[in-house]
Amino acid sequence: MTVQSMIFEQFAQVAREQEKQLAPLSDHLVLLESGLDSLCFAIVVARLEDTLGVDPFTAAEDVYFPVTLGEFVKFYEDAAA
Amino acid sequence: MKTPPPDLRAQLRPGGPGVLHARDRAVRFDALIAGNPLSTALASLDGAHVLLHTANQFAAALALIALDGIAARIVIAPPDLKKDSLKDVIQRAQIDTLVTDGNAIEGLPRVGISTDLQLGAATEAKRASEWVMFTSGTTGAPKMVAHTLEALTGAIKPTNDHVIWGTFYDIRRYGGLQIFLRAVLGGASLILSDAEESIADFLKRLGRGGVTHLTGTPSHWRRALMSPGIGQIAPHYVRLSGEIADQAVLDSLKAKFPDAAIGHAYASTEAGVGFEVTDGLEGFPASFVGDAGAVEMRVEDGSLRIRSPRTASRFVGSADLLKDDSFVDTGDMVELRGARYYFTGRRGGIINVGGFKIHPEEVEAVINRHPAVRLSRVSGRRSPITGAIVVAEVVLDAGEDHDRVQAEILRDCRASLKPFQVPAMVRVVPKLELSAGGKLMRHA
Repeated sequence: MTVQSMIFEQFAQVAREQEKQLAPLSDHLVLLESGLDSLCFAIVVARLEDTLGVDPFTAAEDVYFPVTLGEFVKFYEDAAA
Repeated sequence: MKTPPPDLRAQLRPGGPGVLHARDRAVRFDALIAGNPLSTALASLDGAHVLLHTANQFAAALALIALDGIAARIVIAPPDLKKDSLKDVIQRAQIDTLVTDGNAIEGLPRVGISTDLQLGAATEAKRASEWVMFTSGTTGAPKMVAHTLEALTGAIKPTNDHVIWGTFYDIRRYGGLQIFLRAVLGGASLILSDAEESIADFLKRLGRGGVTHLTGTPSHWRRALMSPGIGQIAPHYVRLSGEIADQAVLDSLKAKFPDAAIGHAYASTEAGVGFEVTDGLEGFPASFVGDAGAVEMRVEDGSLRIRSPRTASRFVGSADLLKDDSFVDTGDMVELRGARYYFTGRRGGIINVGGFKIHPEEVEAVINRHPAVRLSRVSGRRSPITGAIVVAEVVLDAGEDHDRVQAEILRDCRASLKPFQVPAMVRVVPKLELSAGGKLMRHA
């Protein structure tokens, strides 16, 4: 399973649990327009830390906050590499 | 007879450039000096104990300017005050009048706020009103703390620059009220957020309004940093408070706004504004502690204590007292590393999710209602997005289907708790440790 597919799966699962309408997922999707709120992102990040063993928000030297889903996925791919 | 200190209206600068902006309207602050939308009703509010319960912040702002110096007590209902705690609040705070832009509450005279009303005649201040705010805790009975206007505005320094404030906070909470008062006292403008507005739209409006000073919790700022709208603003001053500011969010803000002054402030509803850290580093210099300034700080039993003229005067309708001249225990645990103190969490395992404080016991009580649950422990897990998230560990009766029970626990929590109180993860564990006294072991 690729990092991207694991992330997409988490987005879908958290949206279901939190009863949010998830926008179609693509690289250009702006995260804040995905239908998920801050709490949803916090849950996604915690679950990804458990499954991928990495939290790039905390681990990265130069922290930046991703704006699009493509950036978010790359953030994890780089951290997992 | 003692003259009351100047009320809020007396401090508004006549002819000042300050404008109060909401999403769909704006009003010059100085237009509120001559009178106010409540002027016709003010006679009936003289000496009243008012519950200010509004659907939007703009109405609350107008009412606060009108009521200060007239009402004896102004209880400011936060936007998420539960309907079922209203009765208790009204009783404990001895409320006799409702001031609202919404519906009446049975048994209380109602005074409406119409934001379209023309302004009436000036009204003299009669007294120093007591300002009552709710703590950000979310236990069953919200705590109300009383402040004087003097204590609330004690940390505000005069400035000559024309400042345009913006805030992600709601002015009906302590953090937001501070900014509202800064705007009023400083002759500044203020751009209010709107509950119906997306973060991108608010950032756009802040940019168009030329915001110079912008404040919010670290969680608000992380959200803003994730929005494409962040490019629309160029504040000179960025302030964080209400949660622990970590190095990551401070560094990200510095990278995004290299020319801005970035400060994180320590303040709470009970302790008032404590201090501000401006060196760009998380935590605070150890030299702050023991320094005999206006705000005195002390660390005792690992928690930060504050004594200052800006702490709350007392709790309303509760046996708990704040003694004069005593230090307020903030409940925030700190650790000394080198020449700096770092925040490590809250006493009693209280979890701060994006500025909302959650008592683990309240969540555990809901989980423990499930017949298959023997024991549960709720705690905070560090989050780079919201500061913390709520997680739960549960011990189940033997032979129970884990997946089914986990799903049922979450369903029960969603039905009776607020979204940020619901555990993000429920883990089934074989046992939870108890102390010698039979109490659940909690880790700081």
